[in-house]
Amino acid sequence: MELELRGITKRFGPLVANDEISLSVAPGQVHALLGENGAGKTTLMNVLFGLMKPDEGAIYIDGKAASFHSPKDAIAAGIGMVHQHFMLVPVFTVAENVTLGIEQAGPAGLLDRRKTRRDVRELSHRYGLDVDPDALVEDLPVGIQQRVEIVKALVREAKVLILDEPTAVLTPAESEELFRIVRQLRDGGTSIIFISHKLKEIQSIADTITVLRRGKVVGQRTPPATEDDLASLMVGRDVQLRVSKDAAAPGEVVLDVEDLTVVGEHGTLPVNGLSFQVRAGEILGIAGVQGNGQTELCEALLGVRPSAAGTITLNGRDLTHASPRDRLRAGVAYIPEDRTEDGLVGSFSVAENLVLDMYDRKPFSSGINLNLPEIAKNAAERITEFDVRTGSASTPAGTLSGGNQQKVILARELGREHKVLIASQPTRGLDVGSIEFVHRRIVEQRDHGVAVVIVSSELDEIYALADRIAVMYEGKITGFRDPDVPTAELGRLMAGGVDAAPAVPAEAIAPEAAAPEVSPVQEEM
Amino acid sequence: MTTPPPAEPPATPPAGTGKSGEESRHRPFSEIFKESFLEGNTVTVTVLALFTATVLGGLLCAFTNPTVLHASAGNMLGQAWDVASGTYVALFEGSVFNPHTVAALFQQASLSTAVHDGYLSAVFNPLSETAVQATPLILTGLAVALPYQAGLFNIGGQSQFIGGAIMAAWLGYDLSLPFFVHVVVCVIGGFVGGAVIGWLTGEIKARTGAHEVIVTIMLNYVMQYFLAYLLSSQSLLQASGSPNPITPPIAFNAHLPLLAGTNLRINTGFLIALACAFGVWWLLNRTTTGFEFRSVGANASAARVAGMKVERSWALVMLTAGGLAGLAGSAVIQGTDFTLNPNSYGTYGIDAITVALLGRGKPGGVVAAGLLFGALHAGSPGMQTSTSTPVQIVQVLQALIVMFVAAPPLIRALYRLRASRSGGVGTTVSKGWSA
Repeated sequence: MELELRGITKRFGPLVANDEISLSVAPGQVHALLGENGAGKTTLMNVLFGLMKPDEGAIYIDGKAASFHSPKDAIAAGIGMVHQHFMLVPVFTVAENVTLGIEQAGPAGLLDRRKTRRDVRELSHRYGLDVDPDALVEDLPVGIQQRVEIVKALVREAKVLILDEPTAVLTPAESEELFRIVRQLRDGGTSIIFISHKLKEIQSIADTITVLRRGKVVGQRTPPATEDDLASLMVGRDVQLRVSKDAAAPGEVVLDVEDLTVVGEHGTLPVNGLSFQVRAGEILGIAGVQGNGQTELCEALLGVRPSAAGTITLNGRDLTHASPRDRLRAGVAYIPEDRTEDGLVGSFSVAENLVLDMYDRKPFSSGINLNLPEIAKNAAERITEFDVRTGSASTPAGTLSGGNQQKVILARELGREHKVLIASQPTRGLDVGSIEFVHRRIVEQRDHGVAVVIVSSELDEIYALADRIAVMYEGKITGFRDPDVPTAELGRLMAGGVDAAPAVPAEAIAPEAAAPEVSPVQEEM
Repeated sequence: MTTPPPAEPPATPPAGTGKSGEESRHRPFSEIFKESFLEGNTVTVTVLALFTATVLGGLLCAFTNPTVLHASAGNMLGQAWDVASGTYVALFEGSVFNPHTVAALFQQASLSTAVHDGYLSAVFNPLSETAVQATPLILTGLAVALPYQAGLFNIGGQSQFIGGAIMAAWLGYDLSLPFFVHVVVCVIGGFVGGAVIGWLTGEIKARTGAHEVIVTIMLNYVMQYFLAYLLSSQSLLQASGSPNPITPPIAFNAHLPLLAGTNLRINTGFLIALACAFGVWWLLNRTTTGFEFRSVGANASAARVAGMKVERSWALVMLTAGGLAGLAGSAVIQGTDFTLNPNSYGTYGIDAITVALLGRGKPGGVVAAGLLFGALHAGSPGMQTSTSTPVQIVQVLQALIVMFVAAPPLIRALYRLRASRSGGVGTTVSKGWSA
């Protein structure tokens, strides 16, 4: 099936999310869509999948114009989509999930379960998907759940498969598996649209690369295109991602975490006897594939999640059982992983958000009352200092762009007196300009003698910032490395490799797959 | 992901634009409630909902009236108009202003006789009644609106009201204190009685995570039967020698002072209600505790990360809300009823939700909504006698108002208004006003 988009334009008020985008996808081809967050990739795919109507332009299938009013139409036309967030019912089996929405009734209106299971097994076999139709989805690892989504699309006879940031949630090894499956599907004649902002993986998988920037197609390449070329196309200028920084001058140990253990919801141990130390004036980068206990670790460090065992010591003071407020007062600055969920009150003004953890201290309070003039003064100062682009201090924080929201959080946390900065995924979903800003501020903190912990699943970020790298896997730290460690070695540790000499040859994990990144949820949804 | 996501701006979006933070993944019940009832609502929608309900209510009055139904086809419309307009005129005369009382006033020989014989009072009687009816509605409405701002849904106005009423009645008849002191003691007692019940809800939620809706509903039953029990035993609250479940009348010294002479029932309870509304506004917008309440209500996890004690806020806000509902109990016992019986709590607990909803969860709105519903209550007896429209029509009218307020899309569709929450970029500024 030949799929063609001609002149697709989609506007949201004054914003043009897609500006006359044209591209065609040949049968049996992997067509990569590369672009930053907000470049218009997701909007384009939503148009293609019938979730949005384009303002202009049309979709052609085998030369005939098609118009999709809903995903149902798109599916009927042979388009399948695997979303970033899987659309699966966790308590259903794989077969039940696959058949959901296209149930076939046998005699007496009973579900024909046998046929579905047979279909799943057959497809699974043909493409080497290795999916058990009777397994409960909630028991499956993320990588397999993704394959269930692929099976869902294939059962609906998809000829064009859209994969939206498919590697965001995968380990390097799982990504490799996915690439194998994608190649196999391609060889079977299925067209794949592969959406990503990761240069390396696109290089390795794509037959054609279309680069989007600010809603426009800015270029088309076929591999091998150089990474620099793709990056500057994507960003629109020469990219200097690495923040310049001097060598660290570590001082005393500030934060000392010993044998920390956190008990999760179902008695699991998301953090399992983990230890590290951070010194004043150094940045410890904690790398790892998402979901290996990083979230729980950060929450335990702040105290919103209790520590079951172990100790957390800040400048010799035991904080293991202190409340979040006491820890913040003791000198912890905290940048949460999920900005909109944990960092800001979206409906509150920027000014209010800037005092969210200081509203009851002088000078922002006097007695039981808030000191509104002081809060306003503080807001004006912080907004200037951190270059927050906001209409006014009374604008609701939720309406700011991701980068500006993050600046509000930084301004608040760094504005308090602090000895340690814990930042979790500090640049997730931000544009390049904001990333540079945030990185610069973090390095500045280090240079002022603050002990910094960066938790990130973006290896680029870890490399850019860390003076020392710790790799986290299944609640433990599998090794500490210097920042000049090769990617392959980090990838090995991230997949649970033993700390000692490499047990697996380095080339077993392709370097291009070793940078599992985090889905930029807030931005691209 | 079946809903179209919000605008995806180009890279490096300009200031002020961007996502409205809409995440449609896991939304708790409270958030859905908030959105469907209050957030999606605008002043315009509220006004139009009132209007629509009034029109529908009028139609209902007219076309259930036997005279209209038996009128000839040609006469029917005229009759219907007469009945509907008559109903609303009677409501207005009973709750705001009755021209006949003014005419009667001017027929008096002199102003002093007019005052003496109660003709002047008669002019202000409708307004006085509206204020009297509105008092417990405002107070219980605040008891719903305040926890709402902290993200809690207080269905327990009734139990908290009963708690306050028990305290006010008991202190009122059992103690013998000087005039002013006795009033204050009873009012404080009413606050404490309600606060204890409210705090219980908050504390149970804080400690065990039990949902406050379930807890408050169940406590309503508990308090209802607890009151029945207290009133069934002469060794407890029942008046000695009385066969009925009723307390002895409270001491005259415990009556809330009247505001406008003995002919009008308006009393200091109304002032207490207004003061409480101002207090709640101040609490929410000017104090550190209110800042905590609002943070916890708007985003509990961000509040927690910022070091706030979410659980403590829950307990505290429910305690305050319970106290407000308890004050409503005290206002009824000390202001108008003077005894406590199983009918004292009426339907205030449920009406409170309606009032808070119509008042859009804001103290000022609660006062306005409380006055509106108070007026409907005050005007309904007169309406029944003069137009033979049953008083129940007032309840239907209230229900219609709330239904329309709760369904902004319906109102928008009816009046072809542009949705104010399309999630687009340009609409964020106008949110809440443009409709």
